[in-house]
Amino acid sequence: MKFVDLDRVSLRYGEDADGTLALHGATLRVATGEFVAVVGPSGCGKSTLMKVVTGLWPPTAGAVVVSGREVTGPLSIAGMAFQNPTLLPWRTTLANVMLPLEIVQPHCSRLRREWAAYLAKARDLLALVGLKGFEDHFPWQLSGGMQQRASLCRALIHDPSLLMLDEPFASLDMFTREELWLALQDLWLARKPTVILVTHDLREAVFLADRVLVMSARPGRIIAEREVTLPRPRNLDGTYEPYSVALVHELREHISAARSTAA
Amino acid sequence: MLDDTPPVRPRKPYLLRRKALRHILPWMVIIGIFVIWEIVVRAFEIEQFVLPAPSAIFASGWEWREPILVNAWQTFMTTVIGFLLAVLVGLLAGIAVGSSSLMYDSLYPALIGFNSIPKVAVVPILVIWFGVGTIPAIITAFLIAFFPILVNVAVGIATVEPELQDVLRALGASRWQVIRKVGLPRSMPYFFASLKVAITFAFVGTIVAETVAANKGIGNLMLVASSRFEVPLAFAGLLVTSVMGIAMYLVCAAAERRMTGWAMRGADAPQAAQG
Ligand SMILES: Nc1ncnc2c1ncn2[C@@H]1O[C@H](COP(=O)(O)OP(=O)(O)OP(=O)(O)O)[C@@H](O)[C@H]1O
Ligand SMILES: [Mg+2]
Repeated sequence: MKFVDLDRVSLRYGEDADGTLALHGATLRVATGEFVAVVGPSGCGKSTLMKVVTGLWPPTAGAVVVSGREVTGPLSIAGMAFQNPTLLPWRTTLANVMLPLEIVQPHCSRLRREWAAYLAKARDLLALVGLKGFEDHFPWQLSGGMQQRASLCRALIHDPSLLMLDEPFASLDMFTREELWLALQDLWLARKPTVILVTHDLREAVFLADRVLVMSARPGRIIAEREVTLPRPRNLDGTYEPYSVALVHELREHISAARSTAA
Repeated sequence: MLDDTPPVRPRKPYLLRRKALRHILPWMVIIGIFVIWEIVVRAFEIEQFVLPAPSAIFASGWEWREPILVNAWQTFMTTVIGFLLAVLVGLLAGIAVGSSSLMYDSLYPALIGFNSIPKVAVVPILVIWFGVGTIPAIITAFLIAFFPILVNVAVGIATVEPELQDVLRALGASRWQVIRKVGLPRSMPYFFASLKVAITFAFVGTIVAETVAANKGIGNLMLVASSRFEVPLAFAGLLVTSVMGIAMYLVCAAAERRMTGWAMRGADAPQAAQG
């Protein structure tokens, strides 16, 4: 069963022909409950791909089908962590994390009645990413990495069945990052949402994903894919074992080839 | 010594003194103006019906305190009603204009044209419609005050960063939800800044209308006073008006600080406004 199905999708920013062609003929299938990582050179259209899947930008050509339905506008089943944290500056960290609950059904209509439970859930998530004690801080009182972690919580709070993560760990140190890999793996194993993760960290891709997709340079499309057959739950040491290292090397070759064909 | 943390430096005393100075300075400026004014009037022996000295103004204000208070109350209420109407209409119209580029493009020229009309010129027309009295003054205050509110709210909503809108849209939020959760909070700093302008405009509108077409209010009092050559009393009316203006301005500024602390990044930032 395919949950996300992109068929030869192209997207050009701007009205006329001299706008940037960000995607060209991108075909992508993700099964229900699958964890997919997307890697590729900077500016190749990964973030654009995320916006197309969630319906934030309509494609110029091609079809986008999510959960069996053609995507014509923004989805309400997705949780998205944007590349920039984009927290609302007038809300505290906690209020920012709880924002989706005010919009998405069924939480929206339960929120008032089960306020305490939801509040506890938001606090637990924040504690999970190491933001305990910063619930009442405003975004400008957080560091860049802390904002990113809060934005990750915001993507998770409403238990979305499609999780879109655009470089969610990019501005974190390696140890925090690895901790969050494990946390994300646990979350995924517990609820099995469909995940599309964009990352520049190949170790991260191999550690987390069932399948890694490599994108070409702009205009982006999927040029290679690799299954990762490591058993779950995976541990961090595994990323240094020959299988993972070889996989990272192979992916690295693909990306460097993609970059050189563009230049 | 093992402990090499540097000693905590006390906050520089001159900084604290400057903070205190900041609070006193405005009052010193006002008192200074009156002192210089008094000295100039006495030194050049200016006639009272040309420019009365502050001492004469205060004396006259005290002597006529009862009619001044009654008329000031009238002016104050007129202004506040006009102002509140302006807030209501300005806010709603601002939301409508700011949240749709079609509305923005189609209404803006008409609004600019409307705002270019001197409101004094409208008062006689209002008198024809509503007669002499409080209503034309309320409407004049409203007409002058609502425009800056509308423009500011519209600009605040129209210039919301697309990234912030995307956060809401990615959750499947409706247009109205996007406006309510992002557009409105985002435009609040603009809104409160415009209130400070609008309240002083509203006083101008009320006084102008009262001067032309009323039998009550500070504007009327000043008109009567000057026709009787009671120039100090007319000046006392001006003074009372500016005191009311400053007071309302401070109320608006306090509301602004409370509601939009997040935008000023104040240390005493309030809890995030829900909704
Ligand atoms: N809103 C936009 N309007 C116009 N062009 C855009 C817009 N967003 C992205 N682009 C262009 O589309 C191309 C792909 O951008 P995108 O953000 O998808 O890259 P990316 O793969 O996410 O890069 P990175 O790894 O650096 O985040 C870029 O060349 C960029 O200039
Ligand atoms: Mg990107």
